[in-house]
Amino acid sequence: MASPEPYTPPPLPTPFTHTTPPPTLLTQGAEAHIYKTTHLTPTTPAALKVRPSKPYRHPILDRRLTRQRILQEARCLVKLVREGVSVPAVFALDWEGQSGDGAWLLMEWIEGVVVRVVFERWEAFMKAGGEGLRGERWRAEEEKVRGLMRGIGAVVGGLHRAGVIHGDLTTSNLILRSGVEGEREREREMEGEVVLIDFGLAAQSSSEEDRAVDLYVLERAFGSTHPRCEMFFGEVLVGYRDSYKGAAVTLKRLQDVRMRGRKRSMIG
Amino acid sequence: MIAIGLEGSANKLGVGIMMHPDNGSPPQVLANIRHTYVSPPGEGFLPKDTARHHRSWVVKLVKKALKEARVSVRDVDCICFTKGPGMGAPLQSVAVAARMLSLLWGKALVGVNHCVGHIEMGRLITGATNPVVLYVSGGNTQVIAYSSQRYRIFGETLDIAVGNCLDRFARTLHISNDPAPGYNIEQLAKKGRQLVDLPYTVKGMDCSFSGILAAVDGLAATYGLGGKGKDDETDTPVLDADGNGKPTPADLCFSLQETIFSMLVEITERAMAHVGSKEVLIVGGVGCNERLQEMMGIMARDRGGNVHATDERFCIDNGIMIAQAGLLAYKTGFQTPLMDSTCTQRFRTDDVFIKWRG
Repeated sequence: MASPEPYTPPPLPTPFTHTTPPPTLLTQGAEAHIYKTTHLTPTTPAALKVRPSKPYRHPILDRRLTRQRILQEARCLVKLVREGVSVPAVFALDWEGQSGDGAWLLMEWIEGVVVRVVFERWEAFMKAGGEGLRGERWRAEEEKVRGLMRGIGAVVGGLHRAGVIHGDLTTSNLILRSGVEGEREREREMEGEVVLIDFGLAAQSSSEEDRAVDLYVLERAFGSTHPRCEMFFGEVLVGYRDSYKGAAVTLKRLQDVRMRGRKRSMIG
Repeated sequence: MIAIGLEGSANKLGVGIMMHPDNGSPPQVLANIRHTYVSPPGEGFLPKDTARHHRSWVVKLVKKALKEARVSVRDVDCICFTKGPGMGAPLQSVAVAARMLSLLWGKALVGVNHCVGHIEMGRLITGATNPVVLYVSGGNTQVIAYSSQRYRIFGETLDIAVGNCLDRFARTLHISNDPAPGYNIEQLAKKGRQLVDLPYTVKGMDCSFSGILAAVDGLAATYGLGGKGKDDETDTPVLDADGNGKPTPADLCFSLQETIFSMLVEITERAMAHVGSKEVLIVGGVGCNERLQEMMGIMARDRGGNVHATDERFCIDNGIMIAQAGLLAYKTGFQTPLMDSTCTQRFRTDDVFIKWRG
């Protein structure tokens, strides 16, 4: 079954073929390639999200999905920026991919560390002997994690207050904004503003069911990616509870969502 | 060590015999026998009829397997059976058979999770070491990756399984269930040309198929393609200016496959990106579908990886996968006491402690 043909990433869409220096590929996500580039001035960093066409999909289906998703994503981001939720701002987009090399969305660059990496570093530290910590130092470690968890809860709450659900909340889609590049010391590794990214599956909804499911997805993501941090997930809900008026109802619904064998209702 | 595996969680009754040589050389399949209960076109298999089928065939199959494997009862170390998940009545009839053999021959019983059986068999046959697993069958749709002694479910269906969606659409079109409804849909889909608009329901790493089934059933009803007595071969499509027209049954099968397989490839790709894996393993009955394998192959190639898939001997429910997973557990000291040799319709993949992997 193996197909050993070499793979070259698809070329950049037209306006970005002339950018100097050329955009640098950061990640190949499931759906999109993320590049770091600049916008208007060479000192304004920007994130470019290119959705190359998926050759495994039927072309008609592919065009329909790409267009739908890139527009949906841009609309959600614009709305959230207006509501003051910390998400990247939208600079420009092309939903048709007129050059034939994919639709793209140009966004504000968020300087920081992905929360998944933050937790992974912490878990590695714990595994390498940190678990033996007692007393004051253990409490400090615990408080750090709890603080970040509350921050995550607060930003998710802000998102829901604005009437948007993310649809794919995982720790890979959260960035801890640092303002500076490079490594930080261990004590402050979990400080900073949590920024939500990747609204590729976001939708506008104020239903408590959708919101509860959003939280449940995040909860499960913690379970599968950060088993050692899972015990602190309650703090996310603490942060969430205080973030908007309807939060208590959503948290109540979360109980029901957890109880169901399958994860989400498909009502509506 | 030699194990007999008994599988009967759905309409396939499988008996398989696996040997793990004591000198550590690769495991060998000694026998792999299957008998399928096939229901008439337009109908699914009912639990009680399926259970009756399994009861009347299980002794014959065990005898035949032993003969084919050229082993005597004395050489067998343990009897492995499917504990779940699956249909209650068929599971029970096979569990009863396993218990009987265990008492009759004085062999240990090993209860096996059906999904883990599929994964372990797929890993053995393809040699994939740590793949993201897409498990797609008539009863299950899961994207699985291994982490700290568990097969963790990253995504799954929110309602019906993908195979169930295909099977039920085959019923709508009165397509034959022999050898399998999904196989016949695959053949018909090869003649499809026109892609009709169907819902596309991916939510994160999960997906949903019931709405798609309702939509495609609705289209079949609208164009009068459902039920018996239709004549699809003489029906030449009349196209309008946009190249659209009345879809044929083949078009609907084609569109259904294209849509739901795109969803499966998408959630698998997302899981791969999430765990940083480049290997995919497709297991389960729907995994035989060559279009699904092809689409998955294109996706994996674009990520610099590859896809592992097996053919119908190992993809479709079988006894050796139960023997394989059971033997791996048995070698770590796992046994199922007679008291606990029950079966269960709901048994999640991540409930099993995978002691045999690092």
